[in-house]
Amino acid sequence: MQWIYDTLKTKTVGIAGCGGLGSNCAMALARVGIGRLIIADFDIISNDNLNRQYFFNNQIGKLKVYALKENLLRVNPELKVNALDIRLCSNDIIEIFNDCDVIVEAFDLAKMKQMIIETVLTFMPEKYIVSGIGLAGWGENNMLKTINMDRLIVCGDGEIEISETLPPLAPRVGIVANMQANQVLEILLGKMPYKRSE
Amino acid sequence: MKITLNHQLEEFDAEILTINELLKIKNFTFKMLVIKINGKIIRKHEYDTATVKDGDDVIVLHLITGG
Repeated sequence: MQWIYDTLKTKTVGIAGCGGLGSNCAMALARVGIGRLIIADFDIISNDNLNRQYFFNNQIGKLKVYALKENLLRVNPELKVNALDIRLCSNDIIEIFNDCDVIVEAFDLAKMKQMIIETVLTFMPEKYIVSGIGLAGWGENNMLKTINMDRLIVCGDGEIEISETLPPLAPRVGIVANMQANQVLEILLGKMPYKRSE
Repeated sequence: MKITLNHQLEEFDAEILTINELLKIKNFTFKMLVIKINGKIIRKHEYDTATVKDGDDVIVLHLITGG
């Protein structure tokens, strides 16, 4: 359906963090032909990132934002990518994501998640923020869900924290990242024209 | 008072509670939270002053590490 691609081409999505959630979410949005992505991260790719993040072995040691931009453009050369090597604080978020239609929260640390959610809800109340919370371990597909709280939408199981026994692994992290991308589409395109059978 | 807490109706003995009192009663011990009362975000420094009363719609979102 042409209108889907025509609509998405005009949209800009901000992605805060380019780890497991951010890199996979960005890739899904690049594939469906979003117009522009604003991606931000300060970190460098390490060997342990490759169990879940959308990078390649020969990119170890590179900055995540630049490597991700490269990978996104390999899939969709028409995509516009603003790659920002930055450790985001509240003021940066307000400035950098000001033009975005939707902001994706893809940080690792709980305190960073809190910071961006508080910042967006307080200072950018007209923006949608799609957050990924609870993605550690494996299995338990049916614990993963989406909760709508006005303009804050949370994807994930909401309770399982990363630990020694429950590391973040590609399948569950990828599912949550793609749930976030899927939610972004629902915000940008509206609900899809399908009536669920009871 | 009766409030809606995370989309569920709950009853408390008090007529009014601060956010910190509510968190203590509910035994919500997570450090990182996002709290909304009737859609309005309550920031951390307001947890001792912001209050919940009968009929309020309260969201307490736990933020956990992983991404």
